Amino acid sequence: MVPVFLRTDVLLWLLVAAVVGYVLHVRRSPHLLGPWRRVTRSASGLSALMVLLAFVTIGLLDSIHYRPALDRKDEKGETIYAVEAISVFDAIASPLRARRERTYSAPLATRAYSRETFEVTGTDGRSRQVREFPRLIWGGAHLKNEEDSVPDILARTLAGLGIALSVWCVLAASITVWRARAAGRAAKEEWRAIWRAETVTPWWAVFLTGGALLAVSGVTLTLCTRYHLLGTEKVGQDVLYLVLKSIRTGLVIGTVTTLVLLPFAITLGIMAGYFRGWVDDVVQYIYTTISSIPSVLLIAAAVLLMQVYIDRNPGLFPTSAQRADLRLLFLCIILGLTSWTGLARLLRGEALKLRELEYIQAAQAFGVRDAHIIGRHILPNVMHIVLISLVMEFSSLVLAEAVLSYVGVGVDPTMNSFGTMINAARLEMSRQPIVWWILAAAFAFMFTLVLAANLFADAVRDAFDPRVRVGAVAAA
Amino acid sequence: MIAYIVRRTLYAIPILIGVNLLTFLLFFVVNTPDDMARIQLGVRRVTAEAVEKWKAEHGYDKPRFYNERAAGLDRLTNTIFYEKSVRLFAFDFGNADDGRSIRHEIATRMWPSLALQLPVFLAGLFVYVSFALLMAFFRGTYLDFWGVVLCVAMMSISSLFYIIGGQYLFAKVWQLVPISGYAGGLDAWKFLILPAAIGLIAGIGSSARWYRTIFLEEMGKDYVRTARAKGLAETAVMFKHVLKNGMIPILTGVVVVIPSLFMGALISESFFGIPGLGSYTIDAIQAQDFSVVRSMVFLGSVLYILGLLMTDISYTLVDPRVRL
Repeated sequence: MVPVFLRTDVLLWLLVAAVVGYVLHVRRSPHLLGPWRRVTRSASGLSALMVLLAFVTIGLLDSIHYRPALDRKDEKGETIYAVEAISVFDAIASPLRARRERTYSAPLATRAYSRETFEVTGTDGRSRQVREFPRLIWGGAHLKNEEDSVPDILARTLAGLGIALSVWCVLAASITVWRARAAGRAAKEEWRAIWRAETVTPWWAVFLTGGALLAVSGVTLTLCTRYHLLGTEKVGQDVLYLVLKSIRTGLVIGTVTTLVLLPFAITLGIMAGYFRGWVDDVVQYIYTTISSIPSVLLIAAAVLLMQVYIDRNPGLFPTSAQRADLRLLFLCIILGLTSWTGLARLLRGEALKLRELEYIQAAQAFGVRDAHIIGRHILPNVMHIVLISLVMEFSSLVLAEAVLSYVGVGVDPTMNSFGTMINAARLEMSRQPIVWWILAAAFAFMFTLVLAANLFADAVRDAFDPRVRVGAVAAA
Repeated sequence: MIAYIVRRTLYAIPILIGVNLLTFLLFFVVNTPDDMARIQLGVRRVTAEAVEKWKAEHGYDKPRFYNERAAGLDRLTNTIFYEKSVRLFAFDFGNADDGRSIRHEIATRMWPSLALQLPVFLAGLFVYVSFALLMAFFRGTYLDFWGVVLCVAMMSISSLFYIIGGQYLFAKVWQLVPISGYAGGLDAWKFLILPAAIGLIAGIGSSARWYRTIFLEEMGKDYVRTARAKGLAETAVMFKHVLKNGMIPILTGVVVVIPSLFMGALISESFFGIPGLGSYTIDAIQAQDFSVVRSMVFLGSVLYILGLLMTDISYTLVDPRVRL
């Protein structure tokens, strides 16, 4: 196989490297370790983090692309590679990807959703036409007798839950033993303490969330191999595969965008607050101008113009995957360029406050260079604001992608995303009978992702924002 | 006060010029009118004559900044920059690609938008503040906890789901209101009530939670302790002291959107077929009508800057401590 490096893949993995670097840095700095410990002590924050990690794992697996080798070889005996790049996730989920039906089918159905005309030979030997729901090619195809599908589904669900339960027991037991050793008490006592929420880290929340995640994935695994768990869409693609693919798009938009907005927000915001004077005037002018343009319109204008560029230079983008990838990257850049103003405003205000503090004035009196003061004294003291707004931005970006795709200025129509799924589902809602499962699947996955991101953001804010802690004490 | 308003208005001028230059740069320099013509006429198999004809019809066949062939002042005015950008300052938007006057469209379409957005804004303010005050009043109890949980859950749902779900349930299944469309005059309420209600509900999560933090912050302040210490009932503290002081950041925070109410709700309007500015914009984006998009960018920025100005003024009106 030949590895393919899509631009967004590279950026995503760079971000992963940056996060790993940050974690290593946190381990060495007590002033950062404290707030992060507080995050892990919040039950909702920890649960949200676990759900997010599950999503991120799928997204990252979907971000390693390669061109698989084909079975046949060319005249010189060299291997031929497929034109279309697939990801590691595609390879894992190849049963889902390959098993296409002809058109719509409901979740766990054995027959298609619309009637088709068949020729049947009757008992008298004459052929006549009947209209009925055809059996699906893959969904429930292993059943000899269709009526067995309900008991079969129940059996598979129970088997999935059973697998999940046994894995959960092993994991929970080993964590309990490990914590018990650390606390120097019997495992039984530790187990009781965990469920009474007496441990510092809320392990009960970890156990519950882990149990839920395991149960969902266990049932999914046992059912999705034989049925279309979430049904199929218009051209017969498995909806489960589509929503899982959509996760990567959401993650890329939520994270790569912040990578674009960070440099602008940090440099311009801090410089405006620290230097004041004409620098401040210029920066304020720039961000007022940009934020005064309705962001949807600015994004729409920019995306329309990029479409013109792509149409004019078809030679630059040989495969549709590359074109879709470039459009995604461009969308992230545009979103980043329009959304740095909020963070820049916050950082400017903070820098204005910090520069009047004694330690900064002392540094200035000692003749420390401005660049040094900003890097050593101001930047570390505004990082909590940067962190809080980044995690808060993530969920709003995932939501924004859906709206933009609906307007037609989001990701490429060929790319799987929550927005394109919702957009397609809009027409299906007016079908008779109604096709509801695509919208339901997009809703469930998007809601879980955004809710987890929001809860995690709240936990991070509570841990890092000094004002919140003061407010909480006052309110209590 | 008047001097302050004049000064703030003068500040707005360079920002509008900046917006104007930025849009000009985006629409005419990054991509030339030739590209626009090709997009409109279909990218492939388009002749040079057709492009020239399209440009002449839409007034894009002029030099960008400086017309060497014209005489006198025409050298500057008979250009794309003057015709398409400078004229926006006089709200002269020109014609859309279908030949209709954009200015006329805006003048007729802003009323349905306003009829939808104004009730959402006013009722929303009332509902969100009441809900937030309720949560703040019962702070630390299960009511507060589940209220916040509800807020976080509701703000995690994309606005598209509220619109699709609401339309499906109320208009299709229960058939309480028409699915989409619009009628002038008093009959409009039938068409507006569902999108307005959806707009209201979609905003509860983030707004109510934000207002709750504002109220809680106020409740931690010394004057509240004083009010309680002198024996005031908790309801009197809440409604007389906390509500009034909390309304200062809330009011000044929402004033900025008032002028933009004219712009309408982008998605809602196009879903419910309301002929407002929001659906006009979406249609223009989907039809790639650059002159309409450009006009809406300019109009949107003017309204936003007006909102900023009103915010500054409202500070002085609501908060007696701020003196200019």
